Amino acid sequence: MKTLQEQLRGLELMTSDALGGLGVHLQPIPGEVEVIQVSIEQRDALPIYVTCSDSQILCMCYLWEESDLLPERRTELLETLLDLNPSVPLSSFGRVGNHYVLLGALARNARAEDVAHDVATLSDNALDALDAMSEFLQ
Amino acid sequence: MSVLKKLVTLMRGSVREIGESVVDANATRIYEQEIVDAKHNVAQARGDLTGVMAKEMQSAREIERLRGEVARYEGLALEALNKQQEGLAEEVAGRVAELEKELDEQTRSHATYAVQVVRLKELIKGAEAKIREHERQIVMAKTTESVYRATRSIADSIDGTGSKLVSAKESLERIRQRHEDLADRMTAAEQLENEVGSKALEAKLAAAGIGEGADRRAAIMARIRSRQAGSTAGADVPPAAQGEPGSA
Repeated sequence: MKTLQEQLRGLELMTSDALGGLGVHLQPIPGEVEVIQVSIEQRDALPIYVTCSDSQILCMCYLWEESDLLPERRTELLETLLDLNPSVPLSSFGRVGNHYVLLGALARNARAEDVAHDVATLSDNALDALDAMSEFLQ
Repeated sequence: MSVLKKLVTLMRGSVREIGESVVDANATRIYEQEIVDAKHNVAQARGDLTGVMAKEMQSAREIERLRGEVARYEGLALEALNKQQEGLAEEVAGRVAELEKELDEQTRSHATYAVQVVRLKELIKGAEAKIREHERQIVMAKTTESVYRATRSIADSIDGTGSKLVSAKESLERIRQRHEDLADRMTAAEQLENEVGSKALEAKLAAAGIGEGADRRAAIMARIRSRQAGSTAGADVPPAAQGEPGSA
């Protein structure tokens, strides 16, 4: 099986194209599993992390943490996320530990252009989500 | 217990341990061993199935052949009877009896083979479903592990660089700020372009003697000359005629 980095060759340019020419920078993150950080110009506060397991490629964007939430509106937020989930194109809300994430999953052998499309969509969705849900955050 | 169910239980407890505990190496090994066993069983069952199906086909052919033989010998017995060959007819009837006994045996075998085929096919289907299920469980477990490990790497990397995850509100604010900056810069650039662009055009027009103010100097001079002419020659000269230099 190809390493993630080999498989995603050209992802920078493809993602940049998908985002209408915004600058895109890839940075591998050291650790037990392969993770590639995708930083996007003007959106450096919301990088996308691409990682993989045997069966799939996952693109993740960290939205907020538990401590960011207004406690009195937490249940409302969770319900809103469930309600929104089917409407968000290609991405789903989730939680990893304390982090609320938006994630997109692709087959392990997905082409780099498909991953680029997912990353671009995820980044757009994450911006929208953060904006839409800001009333629940402190 | 399915991995998903196990996850639900684990999530009620300590979230941080999910990455490791859901795929404790032992459980994965057991799953993987079960997959290997099930695959082995499927391979064997497929081999058996091929053999049994071949036998089933052979016995079907044999049944056809025996039925043909029975019909043929019965015909011969009938012929013998018609020719008053009782003894010969008896002999042929004995042959038919043997053939029918053989036919019964073949029919029973054929039925047994058919039952075995059905059983083996069910066995294979069951084993394959089990393999798919185990593989799905392993995929889920490994994905969970991978996600949590990735998260740990990301968190470590952020800690390592000394930066920290900014709060969501700050992120949003920063992004909005960037967008506003960009929008402002674009507006400014547009205004500049407009100004520079229009001035340049006006200058060109003026140079070509076109447009408002292009011959303002000439017009002013004409007005002054006409006033001069008016004050020396009197007020009865029509103003239109005074415009031309030298007309007075």
